[in-house]
Amino acid sequence: MTPVTYSQAFREGMREEMARDDRIFILGTDLLDRGGHFGQVLGLGKEFGAERVRDMPISEAAMVAAGVGAALNGMRPVVDLNFIDFSFGAMDEIFNQAAKVRYMFGTPLPLVIRGTSGVALYGAQHNNSLESIFAHMPGLLVAVPSTPTDTKGLLKSALRGDDPVIFMMHKRLTGTRGEVGGPEDLVPLGRAAVRRSGGNVTIVAYSHMVFKAMEAAERLAADGIEAEVIDLRTVMPLDIETVAESVRKTGYLVAATEAPCFGSIASEVAARIQETVFDWLSGPVVRVGARHAPIAHSPALFETVIPQSVDIERAVRVLVARAES
Amino acid sequence: MTQAEAAGAPAHKYLPIDIGGIDLAGPSQWLRTMLLIREFETTLDALSMSGKIPGGVHLSIGQEAVAVGIAAALEPQDLVACSHRSHHHAIAKGLTPRSVMAELFGKATGCRGGRGGSMHLGDMSIGFLGGNGIVGAGLGIAMGASLGSHLRGEDQVSVGIFGDGGANTGRTWESVNIATVWKLPLIIVCENNKYAVETQTERLTGGGSISRRAAGFGLPVRTVDGQDVAEMYRATHEARDRAACGEGPTFIEAKTYRYEGHDTGQIIRYRTAEEVEDWRGTKDPIQRLRIALQAVGGLADEAFDQMAQNARETVQDAIAFADESPFPDPSEATRDVTAVDLGLGNVR
Repeated sequence: MTPVTYSQAFREGMREEMARDDRIFILGTDLLDRGGHFGQVLGLGKEFGAERVRDMPISEAAMVAAGVGAALNGMRPVVDLNFIDFSFGAMDEIFNQAAKVRYMFGTPLPLVIRGTSGVALYGAQHNNSLESIFAHMPGLLVAVPSTPTDTKGLLKSALRGDDPVIFMMHKRLTGTRGEVGGPEDLVPLGRAAVRRSGGNVTIVAYSHMVFKAMEAAERLAADGIEAEVIDLRTVMPLDIETVAESVRKTGYLVAATEAPCFGSIASEVAARIQETVFDWLSGPVVRVGARHAPIAHSPALFETVIPQSVDIERAVRVLVARAES
Repeated sequence: MTQAEAAGAPAHKYLPIDIGGIDLAGPSQWLRTMLLIREFETTLDALSMSGKIPGGVHLSIGQEAVAVGIAAALEPQDLVACSHRSHHHAIAKGLTPRSVMAELFGKATGCRGGRGGSMHLGDMSIGFLGGNGIVGAGLGIAMGASLGSHLRGEDQVSVGIFGDGGANTGRTWESVNIATVWKLPLIIVCENNKYAVETQTERLTGGGSISRRAAGFGLPVRTVDGQDVAEMYRATHEARDRAACGEGPTFIEAKTYRYEGHDTGQIIRYRTAEEVEDWRGTKDPIQRLRIALQAVGGLADEAFDQMAQNARETVQDAIAFADESPFPDPSEATRDVTAVDLGLGNVR
């Protein structure tokens, strides 16, 4: 199989699922001809037509409301918000409508809201890390794939499920390549993947941070420290059991996130792990997250705000040194 | 008929309504439903203040014709989403007084088992997509639902209802715009009762009127006397025909009035007693329909009294039912938040 990009993996998932189920359609800005700002639906406009690849004006509230109403009425919409930052224009529709329909009205709400996420260029308003905010709201699921395989497989699970899923695709992964599965290869929501096995320390990450964790693990291995790297893949549901199982083996945990550390997914992982497997821990659970600042225009500034692989590496080395002292 | 009326001089100041051309079975049923809604709503203030209903409710007394006129013009498969002031629409669309009252009481037998409450009544099985606690949000849901009907090519129309307060939210006009561009099978109803909570809407609404603002989006706009159930029915019927034929949405501004406060137990200082009395005394939708039916010999005095009596009995039955019903089991509180298991159990 030819490797495809992260964006193409989304497109392949959409194409197969739209062909399989005519209730699935996508709406958003610049989709029909341009194929989305990241090429994520390139060619689908031609293949499925303007009814199922619907161009919207820049009306975020109406985009999500259209998705919620259509899902309530038996459809399976995908709302493409372009950048996840633009969800702020539809916060009520996401938090107060989509998240609560099932609870309040007893009706399934199969809705995927896609947005490009994570930290890269273009400054403070296009680089918000919102995953913990979405995950905090009961009723929403949050997918944060790091590979083309997971992008396609998680999208399929989202499209075949009955919940609103925030589907966050990291900017810096847009062009990364990898194999993808076939039409029936689904990646379940809520199951983490062990990306690297190791017995000395567990590193939990998701989305682009997985790659930084892997880099750190390679350098640590050169010094004989074997890190187990876990990719959460979805942060809601949060597969804490896979993390706990690893920690029972290693005794150490570093939880990494690109989001501001305060109130983050890393904080949640740390809290849950110390509650559930405290007796297996040989040291404190350490979080490695962004410092508490907006994302600046200049890489010289923002690259010091978000964590780098050396920050993860350092956190592990401090834990090990502490154990040896 | 009173002696004065027999002598040719009406003893009342109610503005006439025209029910010509409508089979009288319709208006008679409308009158029954409006009386039921009025009676239902009239009991709620005391039930709320006494604590039987947890929290307050938004009463629709005075606005019955809007809901009944809309519902009368719809087909059973049609969908309605509305605002926080929702009881009249819920009952007009077909929720039973028992299921609504029990829901208000927070009981297991309510239409949402106590999960919804006054602002979140709903019953998908009869096409009632719910009230909404967020001003203007119901229209967006209806717009999306109509997109679903459009994509499936079904003969199904959605109605999105918001108030004059909602007419000053951005989301409302986002939906009006896209529904118009896409020619969705949608009826957009602004239930203008003049006050956004306690603010006179006219005072803070630019452009002269809500209807004028809507006209700028390029869809047909009808400004309707919302206290005239026949006119509400005709306007909605016409809008439904347009929507079902693929001609797109119609905007209806229904000029109406709530006799009570925004919420229960409120002291009203923002409008005059004379204004309320003027609406009650000249435009009351129930009295106007009663008079119109009596004028064509379609309603004897005793029949009206009987309708009112039936409404009282139905509502008393609903209150007794709600009162006697069990509260939901506390274990229900965290059940079915999502379809997938979040693995959180009862983690606090």
